[in-house]
Amino acid sequence: MKYAKLLILLMVVLALSLGVVGCKKKPIGPTPIPGMTGNIGGKNDTSGPVPGTALAPDQNPNVKPVPEGPIPLGGRNLGDYLPNPERFAANTVYFDFDRATIKPSETGKIEEVAKYLQANPTHAVQIEGHCDERGTEQYNLSLGERRSLSVREYLVTAGIQPDRIFTISYGESRPADPGHNEAAWAKNRRGVFVLLTPK
Amino acid sequence: MKYKTSLPFSLLALPSLLIFSAWLLGQDEFDINRSGGAKRIPISLEGYSGEVLSVLRFDLEIQGFEITSADKAQYLVSGNNTSSVVGRVTDRINRASLLAKEYTGGTPRSEAHALSDDIVEKITGRKGIARTKIAFKVENGPNSEIDVADYDGHNAIAVTQDHTITRDPTWVPGRRMLYYTSYKAGNPDIYSHDLQSGTRRTFARYPGLNTGAAPSPDGRRVALVLSKGGSPDVYVCDADTGNLKQLTKTKEAESSPCWSPDGQTICFSSRAEGTSALFFVSANGGSMRRLGTAGAGNCTEPDWSPDGKTIVFTRLAGTFEICVVPASGGSVTPLVAGEDPSWAPNSRTVIFTRRVKGKRVLSLLDVPTKQTKDVQQTSGSCSQPSWAK
Repeated sequence: MKYAKLLILLMVVLALSLGVVGCKKKPIGPTPIPGMTGNIGGKNDTSGPVPGTALAPDQNPNVKPVPEGPIPLGGRNLGDYLPNPERFAANTVYFDFDRATIKPSETGKIEEVAKYLQANPTHAVQIEGHCDERGTEQYNLSLGERRSLSVREYLVTAGIQPDRIFTISYGESRPADPGHNEAAWAKNRRGVFVLLTPK
Repeated sequence: MKYKTSLPFSLLALPSLLIFSAWLLGQDEFDINRSGGAKRIPISLEGYSGEVLSVLRFDLEIQGFEITSADKAQYLVSGNNTSSVVGRVTDRINRASLLAKEYTGGTPRSEAHALSDDIVEKITGRKGIARTKIAFKVENGPNSEIDVADYDGHNAIAVTQDHTITRDPTWVPGRRMLYYTSYKAGNPDIYSHDLQSGTRRTFARYPGLNTGAAPSPDGRRVALVLSKGGSPDVYVCDADTGNLKQLTKTKEAESSPCWSPDGQTICFSSRAEGTSALFFVSANGGSMRRLGTAGAGNCTEPDWSPDGKTIVFTRLAGTFEICVVPASGGSVTPLVAGEDPSWAPNSRTVIFTRRVKGKRVLSLLDVPTKQTKDVQQTSGSCSQPSWAK
């Protein structure tokens, strides 16, 4: 029962996400996408990972293949969720200067989030990518996104469905510490998890 | 130049203008590295006062002139601004009269700008830039908005009042229209904003990052950075948002696309080879080709000069530096400390951002002479300038 509900929910998310792919001016909202209803409960012919096929934590082998290429983003329909920035406040991932690779010291914090998401299959997460002020502004916006995507790739490798992970880059415009020294910069080069729970 | 200033108003305004210009003249000018640049053209100004004098000085000094006394000048400008601005230009060597005009119907500022544009064109053959516009980001606390202003920072007007992060403005060539990135729908999305009609519309709102919109020289296509494919890549689409095409497919971050003036090639910054460098890609797709920047690593924020010859960019070498390189590649010339440069329509002047005590201010740079001047500052931290072309 619970599984079937989850499957339907995930398919709705997938269907909505497909609706926003395309250079359209239309406002995006939780409007049913014409032609997509046939897929719900029917044969899912959408590309990308099929929801619900991730291995349960106890079956998950301790092998973490690195994703071959970029993993396309799912939807952007965060309106169905309530954001909770407190839950994973201790799990903020820190990066080296001008880098988007996950340091070994940070993997445990991401694995905790992965475990939580596996245990709470209706929950999702948004990853905010942030930078210190020592990059140029446009570059930092891309770097921040690259950082949040690196964390996302780690979660996907740990078995979390890509559609449950949203990314947003703030570049250097939301520093954790407004200082202009290395101690502040180290705190600002970060990926922040915001837990998303269904409304 | 929409209204004529009446005489009583001028009399009332005069004292405040004098105070204002005294304050302007008293400001510290950011003026570095004057040596090593091209020789400036000596010119004298006689008969002007107050705001008109300071406008003429500013306009001429940032376009390669040096204000001198009459006996050291190559060109003599004389006139007055008792009611409207009057200007005569004489070549001191051969006594030839180059210009004799009266400018009416505008504010003292706009009349002075019109005179300086004529002076620049008569003497150098280049069109002056004194009546061009800029757009830029103004940050106040956690949020930022977009302003447009005269090229010298005066007459700034807020374009957005969204109380969110709004950034990365770029002008559509030849039109009073901007593209920019705004978080007003909770995600960094691209909007187009017609300044004439005030209408704006969502241009790109894909999942993830939508930013770096750069319209092609004919305005018909737009280069942009999207992360919907799982990594920040350069894309191009039509101005009506159709025909979206992915131009780069790297796992690394791309940023800051700009166009060659013939609309064939897009230049951008990428980390594809391990460090930030400048690359080209055909606007119709194909493989990435690196722009040779001998000896300069960590290059971002390219902008292609309207004459097609030169790419200006930001290099990070401990601190940020504005550098130029021939568009065909070659040796890099560092110019001044600063970042995020944007060319003026004259392919000679550049506007850029510099950091002062944790704040950002906009400055102008005359590339051949390396003369720099801060623009009139709006309150808050100003960055990401884009020069209307």
